[in-house]
Amino acid sequence: MAGPIELNRTAHEHAAALRAGRYTARALMEATLALVRQQEASLNAYITVAGDEALAQADAADKRLREGEAGPLTGIPIAIKDLLSTRGTLTTAGSRMLGNFVPITDCTVVTKLRAAGAVFSGKANLDEFAMGSSTEHSAYGATHNPWDPERVPGGSSGGSAATVAAGGVPIAVGTDTGGSIRQPAAFTGVLGLKPTYGRVSRFGVVAFASSLEQVGPFARDAEDVANLLGAIAGVDASDSTTAPVPVPDYTADFGEGFDGLHVGVPVEFAGDGVEPGVRDAVERAIAVLEANGATIDRDVSLPSASAALPVYYLIAPSEASANLARYDGVKYGFSVHDAPTMWDEMEQTRGRGFGDEVKRRIMLGTYALSAGYYDAYYLKAQKVRTLIRREFEQAFAGHDLLLTPTTPSVAFKIGEKMDDPYAMYLNDLFTIPANIAGVPALSVPCGLSDGLPVGLHLIGRAFEEGTLLRAAHAYEQHTDWHTMRPPAVV
Amino acid sequence: MTTKTDYEAVIGLETHVQLKTRSKMFCRCDRDYFDAEPNTHVCAVCLGMPGMLPVINEQAVAFTILTGLALGCEIPQHSKFDRKNYPYPDLLKGYQISQFDQPLCVGGGLDIEVDGEASFVRLERIHLEEDTARLLHRDDGGGGGSGGSGGGQGYSLLDVNRGGVPLMEAVTQPDMHSSAQAVAYLRKLRLILRYLGVSDADMEKGSFRCDANISLRPRGQEELGAKVEVKNMNSFRAIQRALETEIVRQSEILDARDTVAQETRGYIDATGETVSQRSKEEAHDYRYFPEPDLPPLLTEPAVVEELRTQLPELPDAKRARFQEQYRLSTEESRVLTESRRRADTFEETAGHSQPERARAVAHWLIGDVTALLHQVSADAELDQTKLTPAHIAELVDLMEGGTITAASGKEVLAAAFESGEMPAAIVEAQGLGRVDDEGELGGIAAAVIEANPKAVTDYRGGKESAIKFLVGQVMRETRGRSDPNSAADALHAHLDAS
Ligand SMILES: [Zn+2]
Repeated sequence: MAGPIELNRTAHEHAAALRAGRYTARALMEATLALVRQQEASLNAYITVAGDEALAQADAADKRLREGEAGPLTGIPIAIKDLLSTRGTLTTAGSRMLGNFVPITDCTVVTKLRAAGAVFSGKANLDEFAMGSSTEHSAYGATHNPWDPERVPGGSSGGSAATVAAGGVPIAVGTDTGGSIRQPAAFTGVLGLKPTYGRVSRFGVVAFASSLEQVGPFARDAEDVANLLGAIAGVDASDSTTAPVPVPDYTADFGEGFDGLHVGVPVEFAGDGVEPGVRDAVERAIAVLEANGATIDRDVSLPSASAALPVYYLIAPSEASANLARYDGVKYGFSVHDAPTMWDEMEQTRGRGFGDEVKRRIMLGTYALSAGYYDAYYLKAQKVRTLIRREFEQAFAGHDLLLTPTTPSVAFKIGEKMDDPYAMYLNDLFTIPANIAGVPALSVPCGLSDGLPVGLHLIGRAFEEGTLLRAAHAYEQHTDWHTMRPPAVV
Repeated sequence: MTTKTDYEAVIGLETHVQLKTRSKMFCRCDRDYFDAEPNTHVCAVCLGMPGMLPVINEQAVAFTILTGLALGCEIPQHSKFDRKNYPYPDLLKGYQISQFDQPLCVGGGLDIEVDGEASFVRLERIHLEEDTARLLHRDDGGGGGSGGSGGGQGYSLLDVNRGGVPLMEAVTQPDMHSSAQAVAYLRKLRLILRYLGVSDADMEKGSFRCDANISLRPRGQEELGAKVEVKNMNSFRAIQRALETEIVRQSEILDARDTVAQETRGYIDATGETVSQRSKEEAHDYRYFPEPDLPPLLTEPAVVEELRTQLPELPDAKRARFQEQYRLSTEESRVLTESRRRADTFEETAGHSQPERARAVAHWLIGDVTALLHQVSADAELDQTKLTPAHIAELVDLMEGGTITAASGKEVLAAAFESGEMPAAIVEAQGLGRVDDEGELGGIAAAVIEANPKAVTDYRGGKESAIKFLVGQVMRETRGRSDPNSAADALHAHLDAS
């Protein structure tokens, strides 16, 4: 085990090295934690960086490796978005409200990751309660983009994306409610997948918008995304919204290339508002697909997709207004104790414990559900949602994939959109429809615009993540954008 | 009370029933928290920890549908859960998972009878939800003075054992017009729930709780008056008193040409009054919306039919059958069907005996056996004692067959209750067999006549009642082992012969 460990590798490369005995999981984790701590000064990608418990996890992984019982994730460092409950480890959801909250139970995804032998590098930073697109709305400070520390990494899973992009860890998990995995993946030049709704258990994931969100992988190539998804997916008796659909080997179709793939490029996503640099990168990617066997159809239309954003901003805040009602300072978390009455205590706890964006969305949701407004807002949003779902179904009748840019622009400057919530919301214009329709979608690095990463957005049929990953893998055979690293970190 | 106008009360009831499932409504905690230490039947789910998700308790759904079937409800194929939002510390998630516009059971109702007058109370719906935690308010100045709900310097303790217990809510149409009808409805509902075995339905333990909606209108008027919701009634007596009080209060307001405020009022047991708790303006906007953490409920017709086969014979049917099959009186059947166990005890006992003796079995169960059970507790049943249906049947057979007298029967029953020995063995051991040897009884009669010359003189003087005294003396001499008729015959034989 001579020489320093090369950390700039994928999980499957590490796994091969671990199995070959070139280094131990403990050595890998020690090196990982050293690098992560060093990067924290400039990135602030974590709310909690793991301590000795990670080394104990690594030792257990080494034991499994020695006993020949290792899987693809055994001994692999992974960052966990701080929205996922970890038993015995602080879980803040990026909020002051949960600043002292230590869960008594693991979320199902963490249980599965532990069972797979993955080693946790820490709890990654996020927008408070996953509400945001820049990770600036964290009570623990903004995360910086490794490509340019003056820019945001996207959000809400910005910490997970940044630590993978910076080479701190090969893989991470985040959550995606309206683009919270795919948009930061695009902004930081890594892959990020939002699985089909019901594919991955939400049990133990601090809830923001229950009917929209999914846990999903960040990684630096399709194979790692496939392995990580395989490890966390599956029906869960503790989450009644998970589907009893078998979990396939998501690498099974790797090697089949683009042959026979029908790819639709919806007209609604190709138009205005997309930066020229982003458009150029995506067009070049389309050309690669077309040149290598895919059929491109630019005559696809999702007319209701333009309504996805307003639908999202009615449904998500409505669900959030109820999901966040439990934070009243009575049971756990932040609490104001010196107010004259119980009601004052609850009011002040929430007033001081929540940040502005969270309060904005709670008010929005409370309003949308109120007597006299319910039919006009929440109910109507649900009807439009059904319409959007149907349009996706129709589009998928003739296409295996839909393709758009992941975001209209590359990573923006920290502070640039903080005073304009609507401009911030527009970031998720292309990612939100997949959440509304419940279908899987993947962001793949496809180029640079002004030196900043651009994401290619592939949307698939429900429970056909394998097709997305097959296409991403094929794309990696023809381009090397997935291997690009931020200049400062290489 | 005297009111100027003749008012008709219009009453609707909302009854919350805790279901006797194994686990709670949405988590695996043990549902039976009675007598448990506070906060020992809790988990991350029912504590409302971040990220926790509900899983529907299938048994609670089945119990609710079973209740709906027993009450003639329609069971729609599509149902769902909704979130009912309101902030209060006894609601750990800040919302209650309930059912809003698609309850499990719709319509139905039940027959009631008050003073011989029958009526039908229609149900609007039965839905399923979760119970809240319990807040215990303390005013002893401890606890740092925090958490007080305004006013005093008290504080509150939170016990989450009850939080998340399956709660079924049955809502009636406004079909009752007196406190007596309301109580009759509640008693009947409780009886059916107990027959079904879906709930203890015990008001004292809080597993059967009732709120009432009541309004008044001049008799004959179609339009309903302003509705007042009365809460906090913890016994049938409290319900009766609260409704009567409320009828008087509203009558007086209306007589004074004033308007009744639409509001929620709480019943104060100590004073028998109701006091205003919340005005219409202060009513909550619950902001119901479909529970996104749970898929909609689909109840296949086959499932409903399977549950229908599990329905036991219900009290009304059983009562009618007892009258028909065993020739019991209305009252006897009613008393024997007051609980399913009691009815079963009766039928088992009657089965051990001969068919024509069923009425005697009923008579003994209702009378002497019940008196003995009361020594155990107010609602004790036979299986809590050493007595079995076989004991009672044998006892009745001994009496009906003339082996022992009714007076001895009481003695044998008391002995069997104490020891658990069979009646025949007790009769044998204690020599309680009836004295029917004419010679023995004749000798005792002669001795009694000899010893009571005054009574004999009275009898001969035409005072027929004197014979009763002499019969009593014979009974005493035989320690009840003779029956009065035989004793009288023996006396007459001697008196009339000489
Ligand atoms: Zn529980």
